[in-house]
Amino acid sequence: MSNKVLMKGNEALAEAAIKSGCIHFFGYPITPQTEVAEYLAKRLPKVGGLCLQAESEIAAINMVMGAAATGTRVMTSSSSPGISLKSEGISYIAGCDLPCVIVNVQRGGPGLGGIQPSQADYNQATKANAHGDMHVIVLAPSSVQEMATLAGEAFDLADIYRMPAMILADGALGQMMEPVDFDARESREIPEKTWVTNGHGGKRKKNIVNSLFMDPAALEASVVERFKRYDEIKEKEVKYEEYMTEDADIVLVAYGITSRICKSAVAAARAAGIKVGLLRPITLWPYPSGALAKLADTVKHFLVVELNMGQMVDDVKLSIECRRPVSFFGRTGGMLPTPDDVVEEIKKIAGGIA
Amino acid sequence: MTHNIVISGFGGQGILFASKQLAKSAMHEDLHVSWLPSYGPEMRGGACNCSVIISDEEIGSPLIPHPDILIVFNLPSFDKFESQVAPGGLLIVDSTLVNKKSERSDINASYIPATGLAAENKLDGLANVIVLGHLLKKTGMFDYDSFLSFMVSSIPPAKAALIEKNTLALKIGYDYES
Amino acid sequence: MVVFDRPKALSDVPLHYCPGCTHGIVHRLVAEAIDDLGVVDKTVGIAPVGCSVFAYNYFECDMIEAAHGRAPAVATGVKRTNPDTVVFTYQGDGDLAAIGTAETVHACARGENLTIIFINNCIYGMTGGQMAPTSMPGQVTTTSPYGRDRKIQGSPVHVCEMLSTLDGVAYAERVSVDCPKNILHAKKSIKKAFQNQIDKKGLSIIEVLSTCPSNWGKSPEESLEWLRKEMMPFYPLGVYKDIDSEEESK
Repeated sequence: MSNKVLMKGNEALAEAAIKSGCIHFFGYPITPQTEVAEYLAKRLPKVGGLCLQAESEIAAINMVMGAAATGTRVMTSSSSPGISLKSEGISYIAGCDLPCVIVNVQRGGPGLGGIQPSQADYNQATKANAHGDMHVIVLAPSSVQEMATLAGEAFDLADIYRMPAMILADGALGQMMEPVDFDARESREIPEKTWVTNGHGGKRKKNIVNSLFMDPAALEASVVERFKRYDEIKEKEVKYEEYMTEDADIVLVAYGITSRICKSAVAAARAAGIKVGLLRPITLWPYPSGALAKLADTVKHFLVVELNMGQMVDDVKLSIECRRPVSFFGRTGGMLPTPDDVVEEIKKIAGGIA
Repeated sequence: MTHNIVISGFGGQGILFASKQLAKSAMHEDLHVSWLPSYGPEMRGGACNCSVIISDEEIGSPLIPHPDILIVFNLPSFDKFESQVAPGGLLIVDSTLVNKKSERSDINASYIPATGLAAENKLDGLANVIVLGHLLKKTGMFDYDSFLSFMVSSIPPAKAALIEKNTLALKIGYDYES
Repeated sequence: MVVFDRPKALSDVPLHYCPGCTHGIVHRLVAEAIDDLGVVDKTVGIAPVGCSVFAYNYFECDMIEAAHGRAPAVATGVKRTNPDTVVFTYQGDGDLAAIGTAETVHACARGENLTIIFINNCIYGMTGGQMAPTSMPGQVTTTSPYGRDRKIQGSPVHVCEMLSTLDGVAYAERVSVDCPKNILHAKKSIKKAFQNQIDKKGLSIIEVLSTCPSNWGKSPEESLEWLRKEMMPFYPLGVYKDIDSEEESK
């Protein structure tokens, strides 16, 4: 008998955060992520922590900033429209080099959009979280187990590289239940936090947490230093899964819940005699460009599948330097494709190749 | 071995309990399992359905466009999902609440008056467990005794009276000849 | 014997404030309060956006520079995760009463155990003299060049009056630093606002009527005169809420 428990994705993520030492949460209710806050509101007081409902997403992310500045592991979660509101705070947190974890259980957009599963915040998460030269680490779980595992990883990565890490999930992953084993991951070594503002105790010089530089040269230097860290992350922290790509003529590229649908489609297409595989980015930033470039040596055609209008297509094209055709299939607004829909697209491409 | 199960009805009919019981039993036997509820405005309208996939292989899509087992507890669910059952699949209908029969010849349909049987036996609210019993009979997906002992093991001591009722409900469903 | 020296909690660096600006006085009073209470080693200050944006360079405690208006939320994050720290925000009128109104009101409503030092000088200083939420009726600013018209730009916000209606506020007082007598009184009030936090009484806010000679287009002396003649009648000094005296009167 294993140590597995059956849990919703949102709750597994919340429990994994606690197990990672995060006992402080600041958030604001929004569907479909509210279970994260509700779960933590029940659990955190019992472990000496705090789940505080802020007056807005803006306040919540700034409470996260204050907590992070003291070296405390801290998290906020929201869904698409709420992440837009957090944008300002994310930029400041990145500019101050503070670690924290931000969860986006995506729903359809733009505007108020809908409340059904979506991946329409891909560009926002990977390229334009907020103003300024900055990135956040973006992890895309595709199972309830990964909602837990990657939450733990996000806290470690945030601390190691002193930057925000985002869990980019969707309403389906948040709501579904699967078995989860909270001991499946080993935590990493975290550097000492010497930069914290929690009262110097007369034992060190005062620390300042700040993103303001009136001297352009100093600001440039700070950004360049940060981008060196980004380069290190790109080198060391790319995560992806390859599924049946070894002999594949066609490779699907999909993450999150969509990658699950694509796995079923790969099996069905293989049964129909088409050599298909799947590359599933687990880190969306840093992006697994190298793995895609390598696949482009042998693969004849790439098919990007997303719950949006094709936001990841450019990243695939850039990764393979447009050496192979890249098609797109997706649904948006909260609609989910079936594996059959994906197989139909595969067949169209396979017809062209043959 | 893969079972793609959809259970559908109104909120309050124990659909979540029944589907979670299947999922937990599968996990207990170290099988792969996924459980996906319908949610959103549909949920607020009173309709409730769950998709449970149980497999000895890794599960891809948790969505079930074509269930090979469909259990319906009301007419809207019958109308919505009956045509989607995969050929060769199994349809279980609570015939107390659904006064309609499938006209498909490519699926196996089973009609059990679960809500009526529950009322007759003073097992109000346990039509869901009666149907689970019938599902075990029809599919043999779990061993009856181990399913029963796992199910009652999750009942807290404070509600010990429920053990007897659930045991009876499961047996009634299992023994029913549809 | 030294009778007048730099408070230890104030950094030994030149302040960037304009001649005649009262920020320097208030900085000193805050530093004196921190010294008197002996808490510099466990104090965390939150600087705003506005003229006092560089406050993080002027205090010898740990400092955080917040986004515009968000200081009370950042302070909440610090204090709730580190209840033994002493946390203060230092905010201007645009920061606290315009862009950060929600953060201010809700930190007060929650009764966050914080100290807020609020500088009200009726104008946006750093961006060069635009209308503030506290600009006076008829006051000429670069964005109310014909004078603030209540029908067009609305009426000013009376911060202490508004916040004193919230249960979470322990202490709200409006003070002035226009003359030695008022400065000495302001010092007492600011110290009490910090003492309240140490005693875990809830949120204390001290609104300090201040001058902005540069953007008011007045000499420092004229500015103090304008503060007394125009601001004080409109923004009366005094204690708007004090749970200590409420308890005494019960």
